[in-house]
Amino acid sequence: MTELQDAIRIDTSGMHYTPLNRAIRAAVTSGVRRIHLDNIMGQRFIADGLRGNVEIVINGVPGGDLGMFMSGPTCIVYGNCEHAPGNTMDAGTIVIHGNAGDAVAHSMRGGMIFVRDDIGYRGGIHMKQYQEKRPLLIVGGSARAFLGEYMAGGLILVLGRKGRSPLLERGIGSGIHGGKIIIRGDVPDWNLGVGARVDKMTEEERGEINPLIEKFACYFGLDPQPFLTDPYSIITPSSARPFANKYTWEV
Amino acid sequence: MSIGSVPLRYRISVDRDQCMLCGRCVDSCPYGVFRKEGEQIHVNSRVCVACHRCISMCPRDAISLVERPVDYRSHPIWTPQVREAIYNQARTGKIILSGMGNAQDYPVIFDRLVLDACQVTNPSIDPLREPMELRTYLGKKPSHLNFKTVEGDTVLQTILSPNLMLETPIMIGHMSYGAISLNAQQSLARAVTECGTFMGTGEGGLHESLYPFQDHMIVQVASGRFGVDINYLERGAAIEIKIGQGAKPGIGGHLPGEKVCADVSCTRMIPEGSDAISPAPHHDIYSIEDLKQLVRSLKEATEWKKPVFVKIAAVHNSAAIAAGIARSSADAVVIDGFRGGTGAAPRVFRDHVGIPIEAAVASVDAKLRSQGIRNEVSIIASGGIRESADVAKVIALGADAVYIGTAALVAMGCRVCGTCYKGLCPWGIATQRPDLVARLDPDYASVNVANLIHAWTLELSELMGAAGINSIESLRGNRDRLRGYLLDENIMKVLDIKTVGA
Repeated sequence: MTELQDAIRIDTSGMHYTPLNRAIRAAVTSGVRRIHLDNIMGQRFIADGLRGNVEIVINGVPGGDLGMFMSGPTCIVYGNCEHAPGNTMDAGTIVIHGNAGDAVAHSMRGGMIFVRDDIGYRGGIHMKQYQEKRPLLIVGGSARAFLGEYMAGGLILVLGRKGRSPLLERGIGSGIHGGKIIIRGDVPDWNLGVGARVDKMTEEERGEINPLIEKFACYFGLDPQPFLTDPYSIITPSSARPFANKYTWEV
Repeated sequence: MSIGSVPLRYRISVDRDQCMLCGRCVDSCPYGVFRKEGEQIHVNSRVCVACHRCISMCPRDAISLVERPVDYRSHPIWTPQVREAIYNQARTGKIILSGMGNAQDYPVIFDRLVLDACQVTNPSIDPLREPMELRTYLGKKPSHLNFKTVEGDTVLQTILSPNLMLETPIMIGHMSYGAISLNAQQSLARAVTECGTFMGTGEGGLHESLYPFQDHMIVQVASGRFGVDINYLERGAAIEIKIGQGAKPGIGGHLPGEKVCADVSCTRMIPEGSDAISPAPHHDIYSIEDLKQLVRSLKEATEWKKPVFVKIAAVHNSAAIAAGIARSSADAVVIDGFRGGTGAAPRVFRDHVGIPIEAAVASVDAKLRSQGIRNEVSIIASGGIRESADVAKVIALGADAVYIGTAALVAMGCRVCGTCYKGLCPWGIATQRPDLVARLDPDYASVNVANLIHAWTLELSELMGAAGINSIESLRGNRDRLRGYLLDENIMKVLDIKTVGA
């Protein structure tokens, strides 16, 4: 470890995730504000359940469940991510300079995730919001099938950078009963899951997403202009009670 | 053509000679059976659910209730229940939701098992004067211990996994805030704290008013992840991952929006009035390897200080699944039998999916022993534990401890009417309506629940003493102290017990 005032650097070569997380916790407790993790290669659970105001710079490819249950810190990943970064995350920010696997932002309840490129299946599944907590997932590239499945709250924004269609597959918002999915361009009906509906974006909604797009562009050094004026599709629940008509009481 | 109305399920009648027109029945019944008109109490029996609240409140014992006052033409196959389910579905075209546990008339294996007692040889023990060890530790046990000698002292070198210490092998299972009222949860929490045991929070989060009891609470992480954040995980004495539930194996659950009041929304961390949907699977678990990842993520989040349990419904392959769980770093496996209770479950699942807890526990215990990994996990049995004899029998079949659910609710007044899903529980248990919740006073209800646990614990020690056993550890998996009475050979093989007389 190299000490730099309030920043430290950890060479994680060959290091198991438990001692790594222990070192991160100890550093945060001692007041370190920035932690550089070098040579990360598949360590799971980085910053799992971590609190505090700390920035973790991850150089390499972290394993699954990055920032799970995390409440406050910022993780900046220079590399791709495995599955479920931001799983059940509470607060904080994850910035991924690359792609991420399946179930990104699974059950996320607060904070922000920015993915520069593409994400896998079931992104933003069962995200939920409560009072001031409204989770945000922005995907620069495209998302695979079942984006926003069971979604109960929060916002997913898919930009479809690099000239690719932001959505290639079916089942978007399957079982959605809260929150909003915003996708650049048109979304044909066959892409929608059960219980989802699609509308054109209003000017008010554009006003809401433009600052987020600028933030996204700023993280990755991109030009926000092309995304600020294009048409977007808004996917919301067709009912807040998707299962209400399935059952009858015994008596 | 109209199907017409089905016959009355219950008939309520009021003995006019006894009735003093006090009107307590009118006030008691949230379903609206009674109304007072002039000098008479009128009844509408059709809305009665047989909760007995009116009967228990009537000062003159003037109310009587008759079940199925109207006969159908009797038939062994086409029972009234079967016929009424068809009428219901012919009318609605929907899935039937029902409450409480399995209502199908399956034979109860517990009732075909008998316990042993000492006669002449190996004298029985009197628990009044001999210490009986009922203390139970839940969690991983090391397969061996390493010691070293430091300056003449012997020091343990093996790092032990965290265990829960129970003063009695009886815990209270997971019933969430939302499914039951806050007063009900508070009553249970005070009782388990008093008894030195534990209860589950269910998947509805942990209400602030329960923080004083958090050292006796097992927090649950289910597929909906309601109320789950790092504070919640750190507060619990242990963490339980709910994969399945005995009352509805293989499916999720949803708390209807009307039960999500301000306080429930607060602990679940979802907006007021929104449906709380728990999907069937956890979306980060699609294999036994993924389960291991969730177990480890919870341990990692809480710095490996908390035991992590995994709860599964008892199904055909429970034993193989439990063997996988035992290798996932989990500390205990909870097996919920097909008689487990619920606030609401599709009737077809409640009555037809899953297997009895007796067979599931015996096969899980046998499988773990055969693989040499029984020490890796404790086994908690739940679903249909009705009395202390069931506790003794299921421990003898291999369980470490039990969860009770319905029995604890009955101790607070529940009459097993099975109408929890209506949210109008007149006993203040399965409801969020403030005036009904207020009927359950935690000062009294907690004593009732603690009394029940205490009484069962006493009976358990008497049963053990009679069998010449002075430690619960000697009862655990001790199948020689069980005999099967009129059980078939295959079941006895699964349970690994002999028949009576053998």
